[in-house]
Amino acid sequence: MSALNFMEWLAATSGSIALHESRYLYLVVLTVHVLTLCVFVGTALIVDLRLVGATMRRVPASEVMARLLPWSIAGFLVMVVSGLLMFYAAPLDKYGNLFFRAKMGMLVLAGINVWVFSKTVYRNISEWDLDPVPPRQVRFAGAAAVVLWAAIIAAGRMIPYQQYWFD
Amino acid sequence: MSLLELFYWLEYLPLLVEMRGSPWLFPAIATLHLFGLVMIGGAVLVVDLHLLGFGLSRQPTAELARDTEPLLLTGIAINLTTGLLLFLCFATKYYYLAPFWVKLACLTGVLIFTFTIHRRVVMDHERTAAASRLVAFVSMSLWIGVALGGRLIGFP
Repeated sequence: MSALNFMEWLAATSGSIALHESRYLYLVVLTVHVLTLCVFVGTALIVDLRLVGATMRRVPASEVMARLLPWSIAGFLVMVVSGLLMFYAAPLDKYGNLFFRAKMGMLVLAGINVWVFSKTVYRNISEWDLDPVPPRQVRFAGAAAVVLWAAIIAAGRMIPYQQYWFD
Repeated sequence: MSLLELFYWLEYLPLLVEMRGSPWLFPAIATLHLFGLVMIGGAVLVVDLHLLGFGLSRQPTAELARDTEPLLLTGIAINLTTGLLLFLCFATKYYYLAPFWVKLACLTGVLIFTFTIHRRVVMDHERTAAASRLVAFVSMSLWIGVALGGRLIGFP
C-alpha cells in the first residue's frame, strides 16, 4: 500500500469525516494547537536562549533545563496530539501540502538536533553548567533549535496558503 | 468621523490594500505575530509559574523578572506592530467582532496590570504567598483572554 493509498483510506474513515465536517470540534483542536505554542515553544525558547548564553546567565543550565523542560515536553505532547487530530481531519490535503511537508521535514531536523545534543555536549554538562555563555557546540544546538522552531511555526502558519502559492 | 468611518478609511489606505492583495505579506505578518506570542508566552510563563511555585521556583523572583524582561518587551513590541497591521487589514470586519473588543480590553488590562501591580509584587521581597498567587492568576488569565480572543477573531 502506498502512502497515498493510506491517506485515501484514512480520509474515508468515519472519524476523519466527522472531524472534518464538525462545526466546532476542529476549531477547538486548532485553538488548542496554536495556544499551546506558548507553553511548548515559549518554555523551550527560554531553555535554548540559556544554551546560547542570552538569558539567565547566573542560573545553571542544568537547573533551567530540569525546571522548564517538563513543561516543554507536556506542551509538546499536546501539540502532537492536536496536530495528529488536525492531520486526521484532512489527511489528503495535508499529505499534498508543501508547507506541511516542509514542516514535517524540519520537525525531523529538530529531533535530530536534540538527539545529537543529548549524545554529545550534554554528556559533559558538568563542565559548562555554570558558564554564563556555554561552549560553541552548545550555543550552536540552542541557536539551531530557535531557528528550526521559528521555521516550523512559519511553515505551519502557511499551510492554509498552499492554494494561493502552488495550485 | 465615527469610529467605523475611521476604520473604513484606514482599511482602504494604499498600503493596506496592497497587504490584503498579497499572497505572502499577510501570512508573513501573521507568522511574526506568532513569534511575538511565543516570546510573550515564554517570558510570562516563567515568571508566573515561579510565583505559583512551579518551574524555576528556586531563583530570586526579581532576578528572574529582570532576565525575562527583554524577551517580554520584544514580544510586546513585535505584537503591537504586527497586530496593528493585521487589524487594519480588516478593520471594518473587526469592528463587528465581539472577540476583537474582548481581546483589546484584556490587552489593555494586562499591559497596565503587568507594569504596575504585577511588577510591584514581583519586586517586593516581603510579598505574601497569597499575593504572588493572585497576581500570577490575574496575569495568566488576562493573557489567555488576549490569545484566545486573537484566535477567535480569525475563525470563519
